[in-house]
Amino acid sequence: MALSKEEVQHIALLARVGMTEDDLELFREQLSNILEQFQVLDGVDTSDVPPTSHTVDLTSVFREDKAAPSLSKEDVLANAPREDEGFFRVKPVLG
Amino acid sequence: MVTSQSTESRPSLDYEAVIGLEVHAQLETESKMFCSCSSGYVNSPPNTHVCPVCLGMPGVLPVINRKAIEYTIMTGLALNCTIAEQTKFDRKNYPYPDLMKGYQISQFDQPLCSQGWLTIQVDGVDRKIRLNRVHLEEDTARLVHKDGPDGERYSQVDVNRSGTALMEVVGEPDLRSAEEARLYLVKLRTILQYLGVSTGNMEEGSFRCDANISIRPVGSQDLNTKVEVKNMNSFRAVYRALNYELERQIRALNEGERIVQETRGWVEAKGITVSQRSKEYANDYRFFPEPDLPPMVIDRAWVKEIRDRLPELPDARLARFISQYGLAPNDAVVLVNSKPMADFFEECVALTGDSPKVEPGQRARAVGTWMLGDFSKLLNAQGMEIRESKVSAEALSEMLGLIDNKTLSGKMAKGVFEEMFDTGKSPGRIVKEKGLLQMTDSTEISGAVAQALESNPDAVSDFLSGKEQALTFLVGQVMKATRGRANPAMVNSLLRKQLESRK
Repeated sequence: MALSKEEVQHIALLARVGMTEDDLELFREQLSNILEQFQVLDGVDTSDVPPTSHTVDLTSVFREDKAAPSLSKEDVLANAPREDEGFFRVKPVLG
Repeated sequence: MVTSQSTESRPSLDYEAVIGLEVHAQLETESKMFCSCSSGYVNSPPNTHVCPVCLGMPGVLPVINRKAIEYTIMTGLALNCTIAEQTKFDRKNYPYPDLMKGYQISQFDQPLCSQGWLTIQVDGVDRKIRLNRVHLEEDTARLVHKDGPDGERYSQVDVNRSGTALMEVVGEPDLRSAEEARLYLVKLRTILQYLGVSTGNMEEGSFRCDANISIRPVGSQDLNTKVEVKNMNSFRAVYRALNYELERQIRALNEGERIVQETRGWVEAKGITVSQRSKEYANDYRFFPEPDLPPMVIDRAWVKEIRDRLPELPDARLARFISQYGLAPNDAVVLVNSKPMADFFEECVALTGDSPKVEPGQRARAVGTWMLGDFSKLLNAQGMEIRESKVSAEALSEMLGLIDNKTLSGKMAKGVFEEMFDTGKSPGRIVKEKGLLQMTDSTEISGAVAQALESNPDAVSDFLSGKEQALTFLVGQVMKATRGRANPAMVNSLLRKQLESRK
């Protein structure tokens, strides 16, 4: 199954990855190959198998609603490229 | 229903709104949805309720908060939903700075609760509003938009809210007016408050509402292009925004424009909705099952146990308030719509005990009258909730007792109540301090009556010449002279007696 160049562009945009024309072609080919590999699985008859979302046979793993101490503010902000009044500072989001 | 403004070229049509609401309610759990950080961040400095999980660090493992699941099931049951036997969480992918991981853990195709309904009362008639689903997800971080001193604009990120348990209630497009939308929201909030699963506080953002609205000619069953309205931070804002949007869409159609599917933000200060810059690309959330969280099997015994524990809900309480206490339906609705008010009411009525002098229904109506009248007026003036006030149910009950045993007249009680509200003193103490005991001594009142007749000869001759209203004036004079302490019934009869004797 071959992907179109537009589809690769769309995927790159969703992933916030910049791409040159050469990149687009390179990844179009690679991604198409991966999809083709997976298409092999379409040959298996799964009509009797319910859709599986998880491969580990665990269900309903819960924790009790108990609060525990959080990180110190210094630790929280330790990796922040920019800090401002105790907040992470980022580029303007609106406007 | 809103009648469109007729234009020259088009016949005027009656349009109705088709509205569906999506409500997000923060759950009152102690800890967050998938980590142990405390949810009680409201008055905390930024980034102080944060751990690697809600900060979206790589390699961390979320674990589901059982209480949040329980609260959502509880809500689903109260809203007549089907509770899923199999359910799971999914990743909803989108890039935004308030989303620490680049995806939100939400529920896609297997919500915890589906296909429910709630009822609202429109003009005295019950309307059933269907619900599509109730599901669980995590809240996002909070963004603060800033203008730096150098004119540079930027945003601040506070991660405290990130990962808080957030329940989404998705309604079907069954609402036909802004007023119905308002009634639906009030009802939903009241139910959540009765369940104790959310504060339902819109102003603080723990209860948020987005609306989808389209219009159609009355009688049509079409679902036309809808507009999503956001940014409404109060019940009043929802009401105003939807009315504005309804009229905007009617005007657009009458002017031959097309309604475009878009998101519009409510601008409170201007009272309008404005188009929010459409995103550069359509939403493409690429939902997939959350691999870090095993799916859930909801045990029927658990659901039954939760159902058995459901508290009395607003509809049942309303019916009971009317039948048990004989309250007028309109009064009962106001009390029941606020759980703290309704609780205070019942607490106060229960304190009457079995006083043989007071018929139970009579006391209940008196409590209702005070709560909805003077008490509410004072609370509203201070922007205060009933439990924040200094007046306890005991104090109000004591005051009503003083009215019952004629220590206080209704008029004196108003003043006493204001002082109770301001100072928190007990009514008994206020009465004592102010020497407010009602004057019931007939000699004492007779003196005041004689005095009033003496000082108002005109009124006296008016009365004697047949003008009954002059009596009201004279009663007023006596009450004034006794600073409201005289028993009004006695004043009335003594006045008549003395006037008659002058005939």
